Amino acid sequence: MLIRTAPDIRPSEITSESVYRQRRQFIKGLAAGSALLMSGSASALSRYELDAEQVRYRGPDWLQQKLRAAATSPELSTTEKLTPYEHVTGYNNFYEFGLGKDDPKAYSQALKTDPWSVEISGAVHKPGTYQLEDLLKGIDLEERIYRLRCVEAWSMVIPWVGFSLASLLKRFEPTGNARYVAFSTLHDPEQMRGQRSRFGTIDWPYVEGLRMDEAMHPLTILAVGVYGDALPPQNGAPLRLVVPWKYGFKSIKSIVRIHLAEQMPPTSWNRTAPREYGFYANVNPAVDHPRWSQSTERRLPSSLFSPNIIDTLPFNGYADQVAHLYSGMDLRKWY
Amino acid sequence: MVLSITALHRHPAGRWLFWSLLFVGSLLPLGWISLQAVQQKLGADPAQVIVTFLGIWALRYLWLSLAVTPARRLLGMGWLQRYRRMLGLYALFYASLHLLAVATFILGWRPDLLLRELTERPYIIVGFSAWVLLLPLGITSTQGWQRRLGKRWKTLHWLVYPVSLLVLLHFAWLIRAGYLEVLIYSLILAFLLGYRLYLRWR
Repeated sequence: MLIRTAPDIRPSEITSESVYRQRRQFIKGLAAGSALLMSGSASALSRYELDAEQVRYRGPDWLQQKLRAAATSPELSTTEKLTPYEHVTGYNNFYEFGLGKDDPKAYSQALKTDPWSVEISGAVHKPGTYQLEDLLKGIDLEERIYRLRCVEAWSMVIPWVGFSLASLLKRFEPTGNARYVAFSTLHDPEQMRGQRSRFGTIDWPYVEGLRMDEAMHPLTILAVGVYGDALPPQNGAPLRLVVPWKYGFKSIKSIVRIHLAEQMPPTSWNRTAPREYGFYANVNPAVDHPRWSQSTERRLPSSLFSPNIIDTLPFNGYADQVAHLYSGMDLRKWY
Repeated sequence: MVLSITALHRHPAGRWLFWSLLFVGSLLPLGWISLQAVQQKLGADPAQVIVTFLGIWALRYLWLSLAVTPARRLLGMGWLQRYRRMLGLYALFYASLHLLAVATFILGWRPDLLLRELTERPYIIVGFSAWVLLLPLGITSTQGWQRRLGKRWKTLHWLVYPVSLLVLLHFAWLIRAGYLEVLIYSLILAFLLGYRLYLRWR
């Protein structure tokens, strides 16, 4: 005989996820509000109260001042739960410093990120090599809380501080021939031990690229900070790209060159394994990586006995803002 | 060293000592990773760290079990023979934990994900096949089964060679960049298998 007993917790008693998130946001809002009131500080980013043991990364003074003055941009930010600082800065793919996820933090700390210059070249009216400080003059920073979806099927939520790439590119007056933007990472085997390895599959320097309309899209930013402070070297200090609707590898780190081109530029992972990584690399649950599925992702940090598996969304949840860029394109072909 | 170990093995106490050392020592990797996990020292993605760790130890024990014959014949370490079964069983043990860790920590035992991985992912199909083939070898590793199967026992356990190649393929297939580690394990396996071919055709 089957004896039916009521489950310990009735479905009606379980708080739905959306209500749970709203509550969390409400509590966060209260905490942030009271923190602002009590400190009286103008810094919009002082709400990040980290463990005293956490190493914070300070940029040069001019950058710290800009970071402190950064505005928030709620309309372009997600309200999802942030991935903790220690994981954002301790779990990285940055093959210039090694293949392991903890290698970048372990081996990048001596990277000299100040002074830093960036070469702007190609189809622009004002090419040249600029100091980062000069590059950022007159540009206001803002915080963007974005989802980051790695091609390896894990994801994070990260509060970047940066500025729109469009605002920077406009200053150099791209010519009518500029159809693509190519980026290069620093190539310096002395400082980057991964570039000295003879068993890697990537040709250095790491290069990436965007189509002009992607580069000019308001969601596309160059970041100089994270969690209200300067970018740590392992996260791509002092200047990195963030394109939230594309797989993480598109968001190239420690940029030293921005080149406006007429032709589609080569990109590192596409050169390494063209069948696996395309130029566009838009997050797409319907197109699997040849070796693994892209339909779900694990939101980190993942707890062992209840892995945080969530469905991956087209364009990483930014479809409303960016899907029109690709209308008429076969996304299976242009993966 | 080799001599003294050989000498030790003449005494039951010596044999017992070595058996215990190897038995307990082989549990150390499991103990270490468990401790790290409990202390939350495995970073943002402990699941991936644990899965990789268990997988690599399964591979190492498989390679070790395959190293017994060459070590015995080339280095005169005859005493190793009595531990071959334990090494092979530890390979199966770590491979089983590796599989359990994938199902539990990565896929959360979600039936749709399990089915998808087992039918669509070539490297998972290869790795899973290796485990399926290794399982009967573990089950029939007892003396009772050796007696019962007689000559067929050796034929069955010949499967360890294709299994080792499947394991290597599984490992190589999931690399994104950097082939040094795979290269090292490939060279070791090439020697271990090549030595057997040499014995056969010399």
